[in-house]
Amino acid sequence: MAGGMQLSRSQLLDAYERMVTIRVFEEAMHEEFAAGTIPGFVHLYCGEEASGVGVCMNLVETDTIASTHRGHGHCIAKGVEVEGMVKEIMGRRDGLCGGKGGSMHIADLSKGMLGANGIVGAGGPLACGAALSAKTLGTGAVSVAFYGDGASNQGAILESYNLAKIWNLPIVFVIEDNGYAEATASSWSVAGSQTRRAGAFDIPAQEVDGNDFFEVYDAAAAMVERARGGGGPSLLHTKLMRYYGHFEGDAQTYRGKDEVANARKRDPLGIFRQRVIEAALLDAEALDAVDAKVKDLIAQALIAAKAAPFPVEADLLTDIYAEY
Amino acid sequence: MAKKSYRQAINEALRQEMERDPTVIIMGEDISGGTGAPGEQDAWGGPLGITKGLYTQFGPTRVLDTHLAEISFIGAAVGAAATGLRPVAELMFVDFIGVCLDQVMNQAAKLRYMFGGKATTPLVIRTMYGAGLSAASQHSQALYPIVTHIPGLKVVLPSSPYEAKGLLIQAIRDNDPVIFFEHKAMYDVEGEVPDEPYTIPFGQANVLREGDDVTIVAFGRMVSFAMQAADNLARKNISCTIVDPRTTSPLDTETILETVEETGRLVVVDEANPRCSMATDIVSLVGTNIFGALKAAPQMVTAPHSPVPFSSALEPLYIPSVDKIEAAVMATMAGQGRHAA
Repeated sequence: MAGGMQLSRSQLLDAYERMVTIRVFEEAMHEEFAAGTIPGFVHLYCGEEASGVGVCMNLVETDTIASTHRGHGHCIAKGVEVEGMVKEIMGRRDGLCGGKGGSMHIADLSKGMLGANGIVGAGGPLACGAALSAKTLGTGAVSVAFYGDGASNQGAILESYNLAKIWNLPIVFVIEDNGYAEATASSWSVAGSQTRRAGAFDIPAQEVDGNDFFEVYDAAAAMVERARGGGGPSLLHTKLMRYYGHFEGDAQTYRGKDEVANARKRDPLGIFRQRVIEAALLDAEALDAVDAKVKDLIAQALIAAKAAPFPVEADLLTDIYAEY
Repeated sequence: MAKKSYRQAINEALRQEMERDPTVIIMGEDISGGTGAPGEQDAWGGPLGITKGLYTQFGPTRVLDTHLAEISFIGAAVGAAATGLRPVAELMFVDFIGVCLDQVMNQAAKLRYMFGGKATTPLVIRTMYGAGLSAASQHSQALYPIVTHIPGLKVVLPSSPYEAKGLLIQAIRDNDPVIFFEHKAMYDVEGEVPDEPYTIPFGQANVLREGDDVTIVAFGRMVSFAMQAADNLARKNISCTIVDPRTTSPLDTETILETVEETGRLVVVDEANPRCSMATDIVSLVGTNIFGALKAAPQMVTAPHSPVPFSSALEPLYIPSVDKIEAAVMATMAGQGRHAA
């Protein structure tokens, strides 16, 4: 199995573009929220890009992912187009979900993105269900459950390990451990270790540096291959850092001094650039061109979203049932 | 037409739908029974034998024993429904919905709306409810009002073997999440059930009996109690209309309002606890829409505001009875405004 450093030039550019898209998208959401153009709760994925993209670069469109309240990055990593996302987050009628879901419920089933989720840990069972569909229907698809260190303590997640193992489901559990369950340290709230927990279920597990795309990619590649080949569930524990608060507006007084500034010195985008340039796989010019392209893409998406119409009163009572 | 039990009617509906549609799977705790054990597979066929024989016919990929952990397997049924299967998950007792309510209330019920109509979740949760077997407080509740409250769910209460088969086939073919309430004291009740598959549409009440004096709206097992009461009352020259709404969501409000307009009197029989129940819901429906048509205050026959007792000396006092229904009818006939019970 080829590792991330063996990806083709176009695949590497694709991976970098997805990561930069997440970064620029989330920075834009940060500014827009502060400016008051986004209602509700928003949780940003900045700093975690290498995890979502490192995993999803191993997936195809028919594979499925279940996401979290911090779901924008997973959408982009799975190939969801950004204009529909911005419109949804701004509550517009032609947003991905008609403006009815917003940031916390953003989804695109046509891309295998089964939804962000406002309930911590709830995606684990849903991902098991998607894996069950794949197995029963023989589609060969793999399912990924993304969740955080906080969710790792939910019964829904721990039950899902057991169910995935006894049913031998094609699933990869990905814990994105940014060190905090909201404002409480995971070093305090998580008993034991994530990989040893998985070990107790006889689920192969690995901890990786979630800032390094290539570490994530390589570990996820083996796990996705195991799932696709009928080898059952695996667990990937990515250690990373979120650059912003739990939610936008979080004063983050629980953080250590210089914590984020120090984390930014090991920025996932910077690490990616450094590694591909050092290995002469891509040059700075090509990477800079991606930066410029993405900046323009997000700027256009913002303009389109701000001009997009809001839902109308009649929309309140549609989409509740297929038929009633 | 052959006589079949409520149990056989449900089993037959599952079998016929699984034969018709390969995406229909069933899952639950001991829905087969014996998985991994040294003895027989399909040892139980469900805790009360409702799914017996389906494992033998359809095998382990269509009939899945689960672990005894409701959050994950009910949640997996939701996820499977959103990705191409038509799962029928058995939540052994509806009392256990507390364990997995998030997956029912926040996931299954809301995926379609939250995703702007782009998700379809053709899920059925079959579950046992009701008092009568001394199963005590955690295995006897009638919790259908709780799920009826939640938009996005459909809620079905079959009152006979015929109703059970037709409504379950409809539930499996339906493209929304359906909670299908089976009364555990009715599994051996027999009735005429056609051999061929048929559906009964949701949201269309069944008027079992038409009378001039009182409309009795009854749910699930209470329908047969209301029919017995109506037989007894007929001997006192009181004639009753009996309405079985069949589904509490959607609710056939038109039939209820029309029949109450005809009789001018209403008694609702609901096995659930009285607060925020179907009884209060129907009385409110009638009171706010056709107050002027009422000749007397409506009456409610419900369980008391108490957990379900264990003792066989207490449980019959808890469950709405034929006597209590008759008393409620007499009270509304006498124009009494206070609860007779």
